[in-house]
Amino acid sequence: MSSEYLVEVKNLKQYFPVRSGFKTLQLKAVDDISFSIRPGETLGLVGESGCGKTTVGRTLLRLYKPTAGTVLFNGEEVTDKNIQRLRKEMQMVFQDPYSSLNPRMTVEDIIGEPLDVHKLYSNKKERHEKIIALMETVGLNAEHATRYAHEFSGGQRQRIGIARALAVDPQFIVCDEPVSALDVSIQAQVVNMFEDLQKQRGMAYLFIAHDLLVVQHISDRIAVMYLGHMMELAEANDLMNNPIHPYTESLLSAVPIPDPKIARASQRIVLEGDVPSPLHMPSGCPFRTRCRYATEQCAAEMPELKDRGDGHFVACWNK
Amino acid sequence: MNKDFKRAPFSAQVDLSKFTKATEEEKRQQDVMGESTTFFKDGMRRLRKNPLAMGSIVVLILIVLVIMIAPHFVPYGYAQIVKGASNLGPFEYSEAEQAAIAAGESVFPHIFGTDSLGRDYFIRVVYGTRVSLGVGLIASLLVLIIGLLYGSISGYLGGKVDLVMMRVVDIIYSLPDMLLIILLSVVLNETLGNAIKGTVLAKLGVNMLSLFIVFGLLYWVSMARLIRGQILTIKQNEYVLAAKCIGTSTPRTIRRHILPNCLSVIIITTALQIPSAIFTESYLSFVGLGVSAPMPSLGSLANEARAGLQSYPLKLIFPALTICLIVLALNLLGDGLRDAFDPKLQR
Repeated sequence: MSSEYLVEVKNLKQYFPVRSGFKTLQLKAVDDISFSIRPGETLGLVGESGCGKTTVGRTLLRLYKPTAGTVLFNGEEVTDKNIQRLRKEMQMVFQDPYSSLNPRMTVEDIIGEPLDVHKLYSNKKERHEKIIALMETVGLNAEHATRYAHEFSGGQRQRIGIARALAVDPQFIVCDEPVSALDVSIQAQVVNMFEDLQKQRGMAYLFIAHDLLVVQHISDRIAVMYLGHMMELAEANDLMNNPIHPYTESLLSAVPIPDPKIARASQRIVLEGDVPSPLHMPSGCPFRTRCRYATEQCAAEMPELKDRGDGHFVACWNK
Repeated sequence: MNKDFKRAPFSAQVDLSKFTKATEEEKRQQDVMGESTTFFKDGMRRLRKNPLAMGSIVVLILIVLVIMIAPHFVPYGYAQIVKGASNLGPFEYSEAEQAAIAAGESVFPHIFGTDSLGRDYFIRVVYGTRVSLGVGLIASLLVLIIGLLYGSISGYLGGKVDLVMMRVVDIIYSLPDMLLIILLSVVLNETLGNAIKGTVLAKLGVNMLSLFIVFGLLYWVSMARLIRGQILTIKQNEYVLAAKCIGTSTPRTIRRHILPNCLSVIIITTALQIPSAIFTESYLSFVGLGVSAPMPSLGSLANEARAGLQSYPLKLIFPALTICLIVLALNLLGDGLRDAFDPKLQR
């Protein structure tokens, strides 16, 4: 069975048990999220720290076993049985280029590991050639193959990480804040490289980040998360210019504007209070404790993610 | 670039026409690349700078050379009794030997003298050192293998498996080890004694074998705990998650990603385990639970020397000094290895 979507996520839930004293509480990192990604598309996923963005990415790749819900890849449900085969189609680029590369392995072995695991070469020479080709794809010199990860800068390390993800020639890559640990100038290089690679290979990305401008630049569509729930999902420009959900509004107003004149004229929406603890979630809509439009209905029930036209989905009772 | 660019008299602006574009080759020359060093090479370089550790290595190599070569050119066996030559001092000869020398024959000197039965003491100390070092190495190896397997499984799997495995370790840890060693060697003496009759192992003696077994059974616990702790920390690193994401199997992840990163701790602990094993062996031989006679060990030699301590103090000094030298050298080497390989202690 094939479908229009490459990746489909249906009612995904990921709860972690947290022991406090004698009670075991549920940490609802991801609570009932659904979305889908088309082939060759980039879906940006934004939200503040601790809202479950990374957990979504990792659960998609089954690094965690989901509490409930399904993930479909090419119309096929991802299970423990077929995941080993699907790892050739779905890969991940990690956030921290310093801890995501094994310090005891050379670049050649790091990039070659997926080739070894999936037996994607017939002899040593082919393995070496594939690795060199991958390194050149991500802009590394072939001479770097025998070096260790600690001999590289942050940007170069991230390139090694990307080459490792590309080694199996996947159709879908989860990019878990791949640029947030890099300098701004390097960020631009790496983001552009992601775009070029997508053009060459037609891969789909789930691009997780908290930098809205980077996400807007690279994404076709953007999803906004808050405390494990999806609040808004729309075309990138639509979302940036015409945010509907009050949380998205305040998030966008916090984006720094380089021009001081415009910056002075714009109004910053400052939210009251702190993010509630994910261990003690408010009833109904999780954002209601900080929302200026909150009503009794918000406390009673979580609004559904509804289409407001042109594929602009919003989960809010009042807007 | 502006061709008719005019410079103001005191302008600090750079005249761009004086610059040319670097060629590809020139750009290459700017790539400064240091010698690629691995963690191991780096550690060895630091180790070489440590005079105590290097001195210990030299001492250990000398001792190993002596115990390997000496039995080939010393004409006495460790159990061979030279008649009429009991309790000689170093480089003394018995009456029969003096007569032989007077007759023009060459007699190999008793370097450390002889013991109360007339056995050459030097060769006995050499064999004793062989036994003690052998016990230390094999026991440490046993501890390493068991501890490594147990600790890495427990640490990697975590959760309930870890809980159960660590409680087992706690139980073994709480047993008084000396008591257990003595009890086990008594029990094993009877059961093993018949089983190994006539084999090479019999030469070593049942006591020796039970010593290995006891060591393997008891002393791995601290090694297992240590390795488990290390693995728990290393497991948090993203590269382990990345390996899982690639589809790497659990044994391969442990082998390729986790163990190499706790290698330094393993090396250091094993190096420090050897002297403690030698010490325990000497102690047990001293009490009389070690190797069986006539095979000497440093501990049993010291024990025998105790009887004639007043008249022949040298007989205690030779084996005791050898134990001290080996244990000290191994401890210093272990410390040096830790300084060189523990990243937390760097600089």
